[in-house]
Amino acid sequence: MNTTIADQNIDERSALSKLWTNREARSVILQILTMAALIGFFAFILTNAVANLAAVGKTFSYDFLSTPASYDINQSLIDYTSRDTHLRAGVVGLLNTLLVAICGIVLATVLGFILGVLRLSKNFLLNRISYCFVEFTRNVPVLLHILLIHGILVHSLPHPKVASTEYNFADLFFLSNRGVFAPKPIMEPLFWATIIAFIAGIGFTMWFKGYAKKVQDATGKIYPVFWIGMAAVLGFPIIVYVITGMPINWDVPEFQRFNFSGGMVLLPEFMALWLALSLYTSAFIAEIVRSGILSVSHGQWEAAGALGIKRSRTLNLVIIPQALRVIIPPLTSQYLNLTKNSSLAIAIGYMDVVATIGGISLMQTGKEMETMILVIAIYLVISLIISSFMNWYNKRIKLVER
Amino acid sequence: MGEATAAQVQSAAGSEDLIQIIGMHKWYGDFHVLKDINLNVTRGERIVICGPSGSGKSTMIRCINRLEEHQKGQIIVDGIELTNDLKQIDAIRREVGMVFQHFNLFPHLTVLENCTLGPIWVRQTPKAEAEEAAMNYLSKVKIPEQANKYPGQLSGGQQQRVAIARSLCMNPRIMLFDEPTSALDPEMIKEVLDTMIELAETGMTMLCVTHEMGFAKTVADRVIFMDVGEIIESNEPHEFFENPQHDRTKLFLSQILGH
Amino acid sequence: MSDITQTYTPGTHPDMPPPVGQRGIVLWLRTNLFSSWINSLGTLIAIYLLYLIIPPLLDWAVLDAVLNAGSREECRAIASGACWAFIQDRFSILVYGFYPAELRWRVDLSFILLCVALVPVLFDNVPYRKPGLLFSIAYPFVAGWLLLGGMGLEPVGTDEFGGMMLNTVVGVTGIAFSLPLGILLALGRQSHLPIVKSCSVCFIEFIRGVPLITLLFVASTMLNYFLPPGTTFDLLLRVLIMVTLFASAYIAEVVRGGLQAIPKGQYEAADSMGLKYWQSMRLIVLPQALKISIPGIVNTFIGLFKDTTLVLIIGLLDVLGIGKSSLADAQWNGLSNEVYIAIALFFFAACFGMSRYSIYLEGKLDKGYKR
Repeated sequence: MNTTIADQNIDERSALSKLWTNREARSVILQILTMAALIGFFAFILTNAVANLAAVGKTFSYDFLSTPASYDINQSLIDYTSRDTHLRAGVVGLLNTLLVAICGIVLATVLGFILGVLRLSKNFLLNRISYCFVEFTRNVPVLLHILLIHGILVHSLPHPKVASTEYNFADLFFLSNRGVFAPKPIMEPLFWATIIAFIAGIGFTMWFKGYAKKVQDATGKIYPVFWIGMAAVLGFPIIVYVITGMPINWDVPEFQRFNFSGGMVLLPEFMALWLALSLYTSAFIAEIVRSGILSVSHGQWEAAGALGIKRSRTLNLVIIPQALRVIIPPLTSQYLNLTKNSSLAIAIGYMDVVATIGGISLMQTGKEMETMILVIAIYLVISLIISSFMNWYNKRIKLVER
Repeated sequence: MGEATAAQVQSAAGSEDLIQIIGMHKWYGDFHVLKDINLNVTRGERIVICGPSGSGKSTMIRCINRLEEHQKGQIIVDGIELTNDLKQIDAIRREVGMVFQHFNLFPHLTVLENCTLGPIWVRQTPKAEAEEAAMNYLSKVKIPEQANKYPGQLSGGQQQRVAIARSLCMNPRIMLFDEPTSALDPEMIKEVLDTMIELAETGMTMLCVTHEMGFAKTVADRVIFMDVGEIIESNEPHEFFENPQHDRTKLFLSQILGH
Repeated sequence: MSDITQTYTPGTHPDMPPPVGQRGIVLWLRTNLFSSWINSLGTLIAIYLLYLIIPPLLDWAVLDAVLNAGSREECRAIASGACWAFIQDRFSILVYGFYPAELRWRVDLSFILLCVALVPVLFDNVPYRKPGLLFSIAYPFVAGWLLLGGMGLEPVGTDEFGGMMLNTVVGVTGIAFSLPLGILLALGRQSHLPIVKSCSVCFIEFIRGVPLITLLFVASTMLNYFLPPGTTFDLLLRVLIMVTLFASAYIAEVVRGGLQAIPKGQYEAADSMGLKYWQSMRLIVLPQALKISIPGIVNTFIGLFKDTTLVLIIGLLDVLGIGKSSLADAQWNGLSNEVYIAIALFFFAACFGMSRYSIYLEGKLDKGYKR
């Protein structure tokens, strides 16, 4: 028998060698070795860190978070003064990161889908324009985009004094090197009616979608759900808005002596970061959309066409559901990239989480270790949230195959 | 849709020809793919189209439901002439079913949903009714038990039978088959051909591009031989196989039946 | 017309040209620009867009541009367009940084050698490929010696590195050293040993989850804390370590994709021949997996090369850093557009070229696998 021969062979070897050739034992040994190396490595850097910190007389603590930050932040979504704590400054920075990330994701998605569809267009000119834009944009570093756009906004746009006459759009919008000035909406109490109408419109559309499906199942009748939904979500609130006497006042910026007062301002830093991140990411999204739609074979169009299904409906029922499976995973990782790239804000002085906690707070307190760990942890949490969504979605939409 | 049906009934009563192709030409760019095609198909007729690859046979039947555009001549299907009018194209596609070489089932929908998609969204059939009809056709092609599976879970032969059922669910007057067995393993060809033979026995008008000469012999009313974009020969199967008129037909038959 | 209506005996119909309006330029215009009203509208919008963009851009960048001038004032006095004289003035520093002028031949030579070293890696049908590959592996060390000096060459400090040369050094070093690390990580991620696997996964996901800039901050501010007390080393070296770690996580994912694309039969065949794990990896699996990973590796390199500009944030003067800081020059004040566009064109040329290569390679691989 085989085993006896093998046994004889093994008997002649040492116990250690026997252990090494045993499949399970070997895997245990390898793992113990890895673990030991890992623990050794961490122990090494931790003891170094402790010794180094002690040598320069620093301790590892997050107490600084509750001390006054004593620096100003030029853009803040929540109330903030220099007397607030480092923690609050960090929160302001985090909100600024999220603000530019969300605005960037929205604009990049819209632009990216338009560019991607244009890349598939039969129209030669539109196709080529989109191609040139996509290739140029994505082959230039995003930091360069940020600096270039910031440079244009700051150096090529005029001082508010000139902007108030020359870069004046209907006395409402002004482009200047201090930022884009726009009317600021001030809501009167009655405006709530419009908001409620909007929410009601969404609610109605969701209900109507279900109702239309039920009617279609029962009788076969097809309602124009999209148009009715649009009317409910957009039309209804507009009617309510008009009926309640247009309860929004616009605080229009006005030029006074040196600068504009009133209205709302989008700082050049925000504009540059927002536009640069959106343009850069939109080029990648365009390629993702293009290859996603191309991944659905032409046969699917033909099969739906042969059944007599209209093109617009084929798109809705057959093409988009399949293309989305290909598009969504890389799309989410582009969203993640955009969020991570927003950390380049520090190059132009937009006060995001890296610039506040990891920049000025670090400089002022000298807490390199604590602040960097905090910043890294924040990005890791954002990444984990986005990628766990991605995994969940991938599992949900996976095509069933043999 | 209502108007179209009325027009069809009138015209159908006027002539027995369900499909008329008159002097049709097609080019891909400067390449002349179909040359002066003339073909009449009467109601209930079963036609097999054969010919070497690249002879334009697939292109021709794809012109009948406007998957391909022709540049010259006329195609009249069920009394409606094929023009660029999208309404007419949709009307014709409703009446013409098509089965593809590579099945082209929708991979994100179950077998049953594949079958009911057309009736629900084109014919506006109530869901329950559409599903009942779909189950009926699925049992005719002998796979009712697979209804809730996804196409990716089925074998090639089963997928092609689902594709046939999917077309039948639209109650077409004409069925086009574009090499329905070419992508299948030998043992699966028979199950698909059996399904097609059963369909032929119900009196369906069929145009079938295929290399299955056995099928042509048993089922076809007429066999058409195409080469380099032309209809070379058209005859009833016995005559076609026993007494081919044209040299190219003879050559083709000797090649395909030789082994 | 009449020839088409004429009848021919079956099989003798000649090829004919398509009817007028269905061929040549008319057909092209009809299908590509005016196939439907929406298409025609698109054409008009596109023409309008081009009209808006092209003439002013052409005026600025070419027709009204100034190539030779001593300062911004002189530029403006000559014409109102771009002042490329600035770029010309700063060209050598943008390329070489502060590398001593008389030693710049060493930079040039190492760049030429880089091209030589890349040939056997990127093209698989060149003569002498085997020894060429050995040279490719040795290249980073040769280039290091050439650039840094020592051993007979005059030493040059890393603080004198800068400009495009610095971008290239960081990018190439990052990719060269991250390749072996990335392959190990990819194998670790595919491993059956849970601890090895989870370590690899943690490392990869950690690196991919944080922005490169935070890693560079770690390199510049806190990496010294983790080293034995008293050790200090060069900022560029710390940056290179971080960039290598960063790139290795991305390379690992690319290689993992390549490993997963290898059919299971290949692993089974290797096993059934009695090859040990490392043998089967080295001889059977990795050669195939790496080959299909090359387009992905090139794409990773493109991304890394663009990201090398980030070093300016921690104070290294790469091409963008030099461009940005030279804007402060009073003589050339306010010429940011010229500088940034010139650098953008450089990156575009380099990255677009590389991405074309990677697309060409993908096409070639596709064909190879279809056959």
